[in-house]
Amino acid sequence: MTAQDEMRRRVADFLAVHDPRSTPALEWLQARYDSGLAWVHFPLGHGGLGLPRPLQGEVDELFAAAGGHDNRPRVNMIGLGMAAPTILAFGTEAQKKRFLRPLWTGEEIWCQLFSEPGAGSDLAALGTRAVRDGDEWVVNGQKVWTSAAQNAQWAILVARTDPDRRKHAGITYFLCPMAQPGVDVRPLRQITGEAEFNEVFLTDVRISDEWRLGEEGNGWRIANTTLNNERLAIGGRPAPREDGMIGIVARNWREHPEHRTPDLHHQLMALWVEAEVARLTSIRLAQKLAAGQPGPEGSAMKLTFARISQALSGLELELNGADGLRYGDWTMTQPEELHFLAKDASYRYLRAKGNSIEGGTSEILKNVVSERVLGLPAEPRFDKDLPWKELER
Amino acid sequence: MTVGSLLYTDVEDDLRAAVSAFLTDRCQPSDVAALYDGAPVDAGLWRGLAHELGLAGLLVSEELGGAGASAREVAVVLEELGRTVAPVPFLTSSVIATQVLQESGSDLVQGVASGQDRVALVVPWSTAPGSDLPPLSVVEGALCGQVRSVAGVLDADLLLVPVPGDAGVDLYAVRASEVDARPVVSLDMSRPLADVDLTGAHGTVIASGPPGAIAVQRGLLWGAGLLASEQLGVARWCFDTTLAYVKERRQFGRAVGGFQALKHRLADLFVQVEGAAAAARYAAGVLADDADDVEVAVAVAQAHCSEIAVHVAEEAIQLHGGIGMTWEHPAHLYLKRAKACQIALGTAGWHRARLADLVDLPASAS
Ligand SMILES: Cc1cc2nc3c(=O)[nH]c(=O)nc-3n(C[C@H](O)[C@H](O)[C@H](O)COP(=O)(O)OP(=O)(O)OC[C@H]3O[C@@H](n4cnc5c(N)ncnc54)[C@H](O)[C@@H]3O)c2cc1C
Repeated sequence: MTAQDEMRRRVADFLAVHDPRSTPALEWLQARYDSGLAWVHFPLGHGGLGLPRPLQGEVDELFAAAGGHDNRPRVNMIGLGMAAPTILAFGTEAQKKRFLRPLWTGEEIWCQLFSEPGAGSDLAALGTRAVRDGDEWVVNGQKVWTSAAQNAQWAILVARTDPDRRKHAGITYFLCPMAQPGVDVRPLRQITGEAEFNEVFLTDVRISDEWRLGEEGNGWRIANTTLNNERLAIGGRPAPREDGMIGIVARNWREHPEHRTPDLHHQLMALWVEAEVARLTSIRLAQKLAAGQPGPEGSAMKLTFARISQALSGLELELNGADGLRYGDWTMTQPEELHFLAKDASYRYLRAKGNSIEGGTSEILKNVVSERVLGLPAEPRFDKDLPWKELER
Repeated sequence: MTVGSLLYTDVEDDLRAAVSAFLTDRCQPSDVAALYDGAPVDAGLWRGLAHELGLAGLLVSEELGGAGASAREVAVVLEELGRTVAPVPFLTSSVIATQVLQESGSDLVQGVASGQDRVALVVPWSTAPGSDLPPLSVVEGALCGQVRSVAGVLDADLLLVPVPGDAGVDLYAVRASEVDARPVVSLDMSRPLADVDLTGAHGTVIASGPPGAIAVQRGLLWGAGLLASEQLGVARWCFDTTLAYVKERRQFGRAVGGFQALKHRLADLFVQVEGAAAAARYAAGVLADDADDVEVAVAVAQAHCSEIAVHVAEEAIQLHGGIGMTWEHPAHLYLKRAKACQIALGTAGWHRARLADLVDLPASAS
């Protein structure tokens, strides 16, 4: 039996026993996790069956077609796309047992406490301090642009544990409970009018050493695993033809013949081809990545994704003419979901601007591709070998 | 065809300095951002520009109470208004509607010159010169129909309503109190739009038939040509602000502007903004001189400046990183203005197509 046959059989067997219509959502999701059908490429006992990663798409489709409950992927994008693969790769058995199941079922939402006002592209310069106190750590500092922090129970956090070492060496990775005293989440409004991200102030936040992920001082390496997964999660999901932004614009074009002009048509078709090529490239990449962790190659996909979604969302406003000058609602709200394609065309246009900044800017991703994929020499660096505390800030 | 000066005269520099000083004092980015949250436009802003600086009737001849200035000076004012994304009806009232009134030979233009009347042409803000006007009708002397996404009407005193017919356009002057203008949540709240229901409104015909059509087209052509200067102002603010930021923002132990990738980006932007300045100044000069090349100059200016303003505003967000995506930073106000301007008065694609006819480069064999 091929892996695909086995997967299909297991899905069918599961559905025969767990009818989504008669089973409450959480119970159904937990059962699905326990049957290894949450993310089939994860190992046995952690929601998976150790099957090839590309099969996951079909698993999700089969469950969706059967009316399966949804684990709120848009609410927990950071948990599912970034925290989970990192915990799987670096967590202890106890940590994997504790975190992966409620993460996957959506019982626990995650956010990412990485960026700081002074450390964005240069994440390794981060200054949030974690100082050991017995079997706890005491954390002080400020994080910024933290998406979904208002909804999150847990965060992946990087903090400086050894300021005497070089910047990349003195960082440790933690799993931080957001309900802990000293965690102060303040909404930060975005150009769309919404406050999708936040500032997070950490004042004497105590984190048990139990929630340290990986070894002390190994945080930079672990963070890169998170970032590689993030870039793949944003840019690289294999999808059907005309999925996402291109689908929206194509539908608009078909429904509104009155907006058509040769110039817009030319632009649309050029972008349609680019979107289709990007789709095929991400399928090809997924095939290459069938086993193991994503490397820097995912960065190329995110670059393409950002460029195309920005071009398409900009084109859609031009296409809409007089209606392209309108907006849905500027009221400041805190959205529950992270959804690039939500709302109206003007919202999508503005939100897409973030696609080339979040998860590593396009400039940084080009550096990643040129240096880590192509092996081109890096620009001269003066900051890499000095102890962090001696760096100019 | 000789090209006149594309630079600024001393008089224009003085005018710019006066407008800039006033706006710096009276129109902060935080005031503009507040408009998105429903704050009313500060009426004193326009009053000051119109009365203290005498800008309302800049284009109106001195005999009719205006300043008798040319498109060149108007362009300089628009650059400064773009640079501050100021919420004032200068382009809609003092340029577009004024040109429609002047071309119609209407003495209503005196109300504009005195700063007493703000006037708006009732067409969708996306209407390009030469494109179709929205259908409206007149039933027993009363107007009938709606127009979507109109700029400049919310604070207008007088509306110019073009009613297209077989023989041209009947142009009605209608008091604003006669119509129902419903505010629209706009992408650019610094130039908020409204949906206008004209049904039942009465007005007076100030031009009809072919002259009415010519008057409307003149207003739109001047609007498009001078919008380029506003777009230049938007682009310049974005460029200057970004240049300053990349010199100052440090990552990896150095100013990010020192990375060659960003240096080249700024160099490209500089070249494009300089191009926008040349195109916008040429359009203003040709409009001022009423020269033969006017249609080409306007199409070139729009085709270039509307794309450049959007591009530079998008680059400003990108090169500011996360802070560029925040409400707190003013860059978004410029992105919204630039994107709305790109659609206003014809997209770049529309102007390129128009240009193709003008310079005899047809799209196909037929
Ligand atoms: C919508 C959104 C959501 C986000 N969500 C999160 C989140 O949940 N958690 C989190 O931790 N962070 C989040 N971020 C933060 C994001 O990761 C950072 O904004 C990003 O890494 C850039 O950092 P910065 O903003 O400090 O920009 P800077 O690093 O200051 O960059 C400024 C400009 O300089 C360029 N630049 C910097 N270095 C170089 C170089 N070496 N070569 C060439 N160009 C360079 C950049 O590309 C950028 O254009 C989010 C950001 C956005 C916009």
